[in-house]
Amino acid sequence: MPLLNTLPDYVLTTKTDELLNWMRKSSIWYMLFGLACCAIELMHTGGPRADIDRFGATPRASARQSDLMIVAGTLTLKMALRTRLLYDQMPDPKYVISMGSCASCGGLFQLAYSVCDGVDKILPVDVYVPGCPPRPEALTEGLLKLQEKIMTERWLVRAPNGNGKQIEAA
Amino acid sequence: MESLQILERVKSKFGDRVLELSDKKPDPFVVLDPKAIVEVGRFMKEDPDLAMDCLSNESGVDYKDRIEVVYHLFSYPHRHGAVLKVKLPRENPAVETLEGVWKSANWMEREIFDLLGVNFEGHSDMRRILMPEDWIGHPLRKDFVEPAEYHGISTVRESPIIRLDTKKK
Repeated sequence: MPLLNTLPDYVLTTKTDELLNWMRKSSIWYMLFGLACCAIELMHTGGPRADIDRFGATPRASARQSDLMIVAGTLTLKMALRTRLLYDQMPDPKYVISMGSCASCGGLFQLAYSVCDGVDKILPVDVYVPGCPPRPEALTEGLLKLQEKIMTERWLVRAPNGNGKQIEAA
Repeated sequence: MESLQILERVKSKFGDRVLELSDKKPDPFVVLDPKAIVEVGRFMKEDPDLAMDCLSNESGVDYKDRIEVVYHLFSYPHRHGAVLKVKLPRENPAVETLEGVWKSANWMEREIFDLLGVNFEGHSDMRRILMPEDWIGHPLRKDFVEPAEYHGISTVRESPIIRLDTKKK
């Protein structure tokens, strides 16, 4: 703090990691991808009232341009293979939000023969958003949680006992 | 025309190929000889008094000792409907397709094939419609056993809540 005050007011001090993370968290592009009724709430969240765009999250039509996959809806076994393929097409670093009960654990349909009980069986999930379906506010909160998570990441300095994601990216 | 009158007319036309006529409310039905289904269907569509121009629903039911295919017919000109059924054995159930009479039978028959395993002879595209193509078994059969995994994805979830379904191991 004393350092900041001694510099002219057009100079800011921060850590490079924090600057990178701040830029990354402010442009989380999510894949335009919905599986069931949660996708309707996902559309609301992108719409003018909840307006997730104000956090820099904007939908991308291609998995190859996306940072975030929001799994919105019941994941069937048939779709699970395709979802995994889409996830594999996303460039690192990539994040997954499991939106709603169905994506988190199979929800109402978890005893059905055709349903994959939770997207965490096929992908690593960063944030679980409960609800059936979650309100746009809840999904926005999930995005903010993800931003908090992004702010804690370290990219330039390899942590000696860091988790897999950091080591892999560094 | 009332549904029962329609079915009586079918019975008088086809005689002993109509195996059973039920006047149960709300939907009276006839059980047909499976071999006669296309002929009866074509008659009901083309006869001007019946004019069943719409196959509004075709479904299958597993009754444990037999499989039934149920046809719900409707006539837009006359605003009346009727129900036909065929009873099939559980081992290798097969019946002739109605695709040639009503085109809408195509997907509905594929669904019955997918979920119950009824083979529709003469169908132009007898593939699964809902389940993945490499799926084994027909899931709406009463004796269907869910596989423990599908392409390495386990279908069992370890949950702290007591499972309602104890058969799924």
